Amino acid sequence: MLIFRHQDGNKVASPEQIQIWMKQTMDWIGGISAQNKFSGGNGLQFEGAKTVWHNNVVTNGPFGEIKETLGGYIIVKADSADEAVSFAKGSPVLQGEGNSVEVRKLAKGDGVH
Amino acid sequence: MEQQELIPHLFRTEYRKIVSVLCKHFGFDQIEMAEDIASDTFLTAAQIWGFKGLPQNPVAWLYNVAKNKAKNQLQRNNVFGNKVIPELKINTSTQPATEIDLSLQNINDSQLQMMFAICHPFIPAEAQIGLALRILCGFGIEEIADAFLSNKETINKRLFRAKEKLRFEKVQIEFPGKTEINKRLETVLTTLYLLFNEGYYSESHDIVLREDLCLEAMRLTYLLIENEQTNQPSVNALLSLMCFHASRFEARKKNNGEIVLYQDQDETLWNQELITKGAYFLHRASQGNTISKYHIEASIAYWHTQKTDTAEKWENILQLYNRLLQLEYSPIAALNRTYALSKANVLHGKTEAITEAEKLKLTDNYLYHSLLGELYTDIDNAKAISHLQTAISLAKTPADKNILTKKLVVCQQKANPGSMQ
Repeated sequence: MLIFRHQDGNKVASPEQIQIWMKQTMDWIGGISAQNKFSGGNGLQFEGAKTVWHNNVVTNGPFGEIKETLGGYIIVKADSADEAVSFAKGSPVLQGEGNSVEVRKLAKGDGVH
Repeated sequence: MEQQELIPHLFRTEYRKIVSVLCKHFGFDQIEMAEDIASDTFLTAAQIWGFKGLPQNPVAWLYNVAKNKAKNQLQRNNVFGNKVIPELKINTSTQPATEIDLSLQNINDSQLQMMFAICHPFIPAEAQIGLALRILCGFGIEEIADAFLSNKETINKRLFRAKEKLRFEKVQIEFPGKTEINKRLETVLTTLYLLFNEGYYSESHDIVLREDLCLEAMRLTYLLIENEQTNQPSVNALLSLMCFHASRFEARKKNNGEIVLYQDQDETLWNQELITKGAYFLHRASQGNTISKYHIEASIAYWHTQKTDTAEKWENILQLYNRLLQLEYSPIAALNRTYALSKANVLHGKTEAITEAEKLKLTDNYLYHSLLGELYTDIDNAKAISHLQTAISLAKTPADKNILTKKLVVCQQKANPGSMQ
């Protein structure tokens, strides 16, 4: 699983910028899908986001104490951690300083990374 | 219409209606009987009309004769049943239901029900198409063999086994229930898609036959649209897709079987009426909450009806392929996507596309090498030539090899501008 993290996820971008990001993201995912290695994914919305804490307190917004917010994830079928990393390197998210893509193996026995 | 033309024409249009109603009536257990009665009816027509001339209402005549033959058969069965085997699959208590209902409603219902019964996940796709052609479209065994580039024995065996399986699994000729219908509709749509493909890509030299297959697929899809329960967005999308593709039928192949590539096609031969129909059905498909792969394919096909090369066209096609591949991967879609990339992302030129293409690693696929050959042209002609040569060796049909050889020659001339061919 490739997890996207943004710095200042609340910063609003212009419609033009969003369009450019959309194309870059779709092209990037398209490239992985064309290799038959795409397994699904989702963007995560900020609207209506909530966080529930250990004493059942509910606050608005995503996990706010950390500067980075989760933007979304995709699942890829990679033959090795290195291949998964090479996919991650192509993510448009990395254009922003401080952003990151976390690469994690799914905890299943079926060889899906 | 001359009598000689009339009977084959009526066979094509009426056989399937009669056989669907009879099949539904008799069930899969006695499907051969239904087929025999239907065929027999036309045989009788050929004999009697030859003598007595054409009846005033040939269709009504056919239906009458079919009903009578069926009635006789049922009475024979009944005698057999009452005297020999107490339980036979005839729906009756005292009197056999000898009324064969050949009303328009029942004809359409029966054909739809037969479609669901035939396009059943229990039998292989080839068999589904074969049975559909035979029972729903009235094609002869030889015609089916020709379409599949096979022979009569193979087709007969395939159909026989399929019917046996349907009998064994006790498949009913009826409309699937509400909970099942969406799943079963998926199988039906796949079969219709494949049937259309058979006509579109068939290597058979019979151009008329190939076009007929496409038209039959479209007609059957339209039957689904006419019925409220099956008139779903994905079905409209499929019909849209078929219309767009069929619009280029005239322009795609020369009479000698040679393929004419899209860029070289004569636009004036594109059927505008079909293009309009395609747009209409795509519009009707644009409702509901789900997108099927047919929606995406139809949208791509729509863009291909605009011949002019614009960045907008190719960007749209690229994004559609991006989505299609997420939904369902296929090597062809991956290759087409890469081609679209090379045309859309003009800033990065062909080098980006080459990198993406090589990641696909479809080295056994002649289209893969053909694409790389095209992309490498003018960038690295030596590599282009090498890929085209591999493509030619992997290609199967003479028509395909022909096209690739032409590309190769162009490439070689670029590599050695001084040499003359």
